[in-house]
Amino acid sequence: MANIDSGFLQIGRMDTLAQGKTWLHRLDPRAKLIAVSVFIVTVVSFDKYTLSALIPFFVFPAILVGAGGLPVRFLMARVLMVAPFAFFIGIFNPLLDRQTFFQMGTIAVSGGWISFGSIMIRFVLTITTVLALIALSGFNGVCLAMEKLGAPKPFVVQLLFLYRYLFVLTDEAIRMVRARSLRAFHSKTMGIKTFASLVGHLLLRALDRAQRIHLAMCCRGFDGRVPMIKPMGLDWKAVAFTVGWCGLFILLRFYNLPLKLGALVTGWVG
Amino acid sequence: MHMADALVSPAVGGLMWAVSAGLIGYSSKKIKEESDDRKIPLMGVMGAFVFATQMINFTIPATGSSGHLGGGMVLAILLGPHAAFLTMVSVLMVQAMFFADGGLLALGCNVFNLGFFPCFIAYPLIYRKIVGNQASRGRMVTAALIAAVMGLQMGAFSVVLQTVCSGITELPFAPFMLLMQPIHLAIGIVEGLATAALILFIWKARPEIMLAAAEKRPLGKISITKVALGILATTLVTGGLLSWFASSKPDGLEWAMFNTAGLEELHNRDQALHAFLDDLQGKTAILPDYGFKSTAEAPKNEESPNWPAVDPATSLAGLVGGVLTLLASIIIGLALRRRKTQELE
Repeated sequence: MANIDSGFLQIGRMDTLAQGKTWLHRLDPRAKLIAVSVFIVTVVSFDKYTLSALIPFFVFPAILVGAGGLPVRFLMARVLMVAPFAFFIGIFNPLLDRQTFFQMGTIAVSGGWISFGSIMIRFVLTITTVLALIALSGFNGVCLAMEKLGAPKPFVVQLLFLYRYLFVLTDEAIRMVRARSLRAFHSKTMGIKTFASLVGHLLLRALDRAQRIHLAMCCRGFDGRVPMIKPMGLDWKAVAFTVGWCGLFILLRFYNLPLKLGALVTGWVG
Repeated sequence: MHMADALVSPAVGGLMWAVSAGLIGYSSKKIKEESDDRKIPLMGVMGAFVFATQMINFTIPATGSSGHLGGGMVLAILLGPHAAFLTMVSVLMVQAMFFADGGLLALGCNVFNLGFFPCFIAYPLIYRKIVGNQASRGRMVTAALIAAVMGLQMGAFSVVLQTVCSGITELPFAPFMLLMQPIHLAIGIVEGLATAALILFIWKARPEIMLAAAEKRPLGKISITKVALGILATTLVTGGLLSWFASSKPDGLEWAMFNTAGLEELHNRDQALHAFLDDLQGKTAILPDYGFKSTAEAPKNEESPNWPAVDPATSLAGLVGGVLTLLASIIIGLALRRRKTQELE
């Protein structure tokens, strides 16, 4: 997990991005959530030696990022930050699977390298779309979409609470960590005793805060629902977005576009 | 130890989603039945607390490395299993969406590994049993330590199972497990110590919180048989359904079993299953000509002795076409961005 300051900045940045005004931001979050889910399932459903058939799928994140005006460098940095896990699990493939898969001139490419490449492509595809989904809909938008799609109410309501208080508590935690750091001459080491008391105090404050919030909510007539100002109505744009993208994904799942295109081009050249 | 989308197959991811969704529904129902309206804001704030705490690292003595709190066990102790499970799901969701830790499809796996085991297994079956009815300092510390270690061990084992069943990586079951379990034993001990230290602090500072958490247990009694039966039922139903459309590679587990155990018998069954699924797929496929196995790139798994001789021309075509399509995607993205900035100007 990231260091607390950068982690906080990152959530803030994602939240700011979600305030954008492009048509993708305005689109019903349900449409985006469904399209992204179908996208991920389609991408991971390919055989493990698939490379070229996965490439056309880049069009979806490219359009989301392009039309949504999202910062490419920021998203790429996020992708790189979480890459190690997939990389270290995937890098065993070239070591374990050494059968030659195909010969390219004098270079023999083993099956392990192909499947490793496939894992990394899947990784970049799935991560960028999820990040784009949040940057285009905001966390609240995704939560509401989930509720409309049938997620249980208590779950969604506490999720909204979590998101609301994430900023407050992280801010509080940052202050405590900074205070300790200043008193410890910026020492990087924090013993478990200090940790327990620091986190313990944070917990006590959090519990007190939860109680105050609850009382305040009762005063304002909380009945277990969080009302939303932005209404969500299904319009033709959202339907067209969902149906169009899902159709394309399924088409690309069964039809290897790059292979046909490449055959056409190499056919010309040859 | 977050699973990533790139490493799960749709069958495994879908199955874990179904199981996790079932548990979310079950826990939500329990929370609603409890009708304690303090609980929902409490869960939200506690989730935010766990999230914030996970970013604070402490130093592990004598190693120079650092650890942080996992949170599942603390939540279970303070909130009870159902509320803790829902809170853990939310924390994992925020991590998946903002930090890209794991992914949407793998979220089901992560919820199961990091939420189900600590909340529904380690807490009621280990922590509660050790603490018993009279909460004391020593008991709570021991219980928190053991429960955190065991919860993480089960989670790590589950990661191994999910990865091997997905069959995306080449990692065989036994070595992968031997790699994962000791690493997570170390992580578990560190996490257990942090959990115990935190519990101890609360016990000293505000014992009434711990006492209340230990006492009010209308929710402490969860019927494990019910949960287990539910999981079994979902597994059977979704497993059956998903293996249909995931028939392009239904053999992750069998493959792993064959490779690690070398059992010929299993292999034969594998073949039989394959034949059956191929037959089924042939009958149900909408576009038989574009079937999964007809593409030159997808090697047939039935070839045990030799690799299929892939036509180099097809490979070249795949490579050239891939590069062209990638360029096209990037150009479309850039064009849309340019149009947008022009509009703004």
